[in-house]
Amino acid sequence: MVKEIERAGLPVVHICTVTPISLTVGANRIVPAIAIPYPLGNPSLDAAEEKELRHHIVEKALTALTTEVDGQKVFED
Amino acid sequence: MAKLKVVHYINQFFAQIGGEEKADFPAELRVGEAVGPGLAFNANFKDEAEIIATIVCGDSYFNENLEKAKADVLAMVKEQNPDVFIAGPAFNAGRYGVACGTIAAAVQEELGIPSLTGMYVENPGADMFKDKVYMVSTKNSAVGMRDAVSKMAPLAIKLGKKEEIGASAEEGYMPNGIRKNFFEDERGAKRAVKMLLNKLAGKPYTTEYPMPDFDRVAPVPAIKDLSKATVALVTSGGIVPKGNPDHIESSSASHYGEYDITGVMDLTADTYETAHGGYDPVYANEDADRVLPVDVLRELEKEGKIGKLHNKFYTTVGNGTAVASAKAFAEEIAKKLIADGVDAVILTST
Repeated sequence: MVKEIERAGLPVVHICTVTPISLTVGANRIVPAIAIPYPLGNPSLDAAEEKELRHHIVEKALTALTTEVDGQKVFED
Repeated sequence: MAKLKVVHYINQFFAQIGGEEKADFPAELRVGEAVGPGLAFNANFKDEAEIIATIVCGDSYFNENLEKAKADVLAMVKEQNPDVFIAGPAFNAGRYGVACGTIAAAVQEELGIPSLTGMYVENPGADMFKDKVYMVSTKNSAVGMRDAVSKMAPLAIKLGKKEEIGASAEEGYMPNGIRKNFFEDERGAKRAVKMLLNKLAGKPYTTEYPMPDFDRVAPVPAIKDLSKATVALVTSGGIVPKGNPDHIESSSASHYGEYDITGVMDLTADTYETAHGGYDPVYANEDADRVLPVDVLRELEKEGKIGKLHNKFYTTVGNGTAVASAKAFAEEIAKKLIADGVDAVILTST
């Protein structure tokens, strides 16, 4: 899906936990997530901490969207 | 001759420990036991080989603790010192396929024990590992178990006996890029002309050199000014309005959903849930923002970090969904997004 959206001409960032899959399939901008059932959360944190964590990942995704890449890139911390 | 010793790796589902709620099950060694598909393997091995131990590991556990899980399973295999190691078959289960490929390749590489696995050709584990370990091509669901085992068992015996392995088309494994010279009965020109005549006549023919499929898309230039950009959310994690009004299937989705989030500031347990099978839905049902971060994007919209959050999100279920379907969904979604003036997309996957 990521690839088709990009093919259509929209910049897209893939947030996912198993980044090797995303790399194999061919996403270009990739942001690692937390876990498969809660990519942008962590139920063991309290609500405020969890929100902060989600904020952080989304900010990273936005950074990825504003960064020029010349191939595949995983945006680590 | 003594029976070949086989160690078999399976996930929590095939060990009948449980479904998704048990996917965080850590690796466990069961000595002297053949479990689930292992029984079918033993039957197929006849007297030539036998499963001496089964390793069971949850799919989420393996993928989320990759290094530790890999090290633990390797240590278990090493301790059992089998003649051959079998992982799966994984069919179209993505995380299971990646786990099978990872561990089979590692056992072969690091312990020098011949290994094989099996899965459906569209399983992401296939492209990742088919050139590292023998990988039998299976059907896309466990309905194909008998067929998969009937191909994997003889190959396992050959590997265990260190016999010569035939071509991929004969043995049933996925082409792994290794070429061997051999003499054909007919010369190349004749074969090529035959192929061409068949092709022109619309008859079936088999190419001798399939073109590699490098389906890569060049990155689109970055967004210059996010504060003026409209950002849309798309997910393969199955987030839908509570009740799943369009009945998106929990696996092998046949369609996607488009939902208006005008005025929605936060996804709550009362308003949204996931339709996705294949992962534990508890966390996404409690708070769907954990998959589709509407709450945070609303805040960033308010702060002016992004121009705005697009008033519609698009969603489907990635679980076992055919690549061709996902491609078709996304082509349509992209057209709609562009028509609506969206500048950038965040796509989340579970």
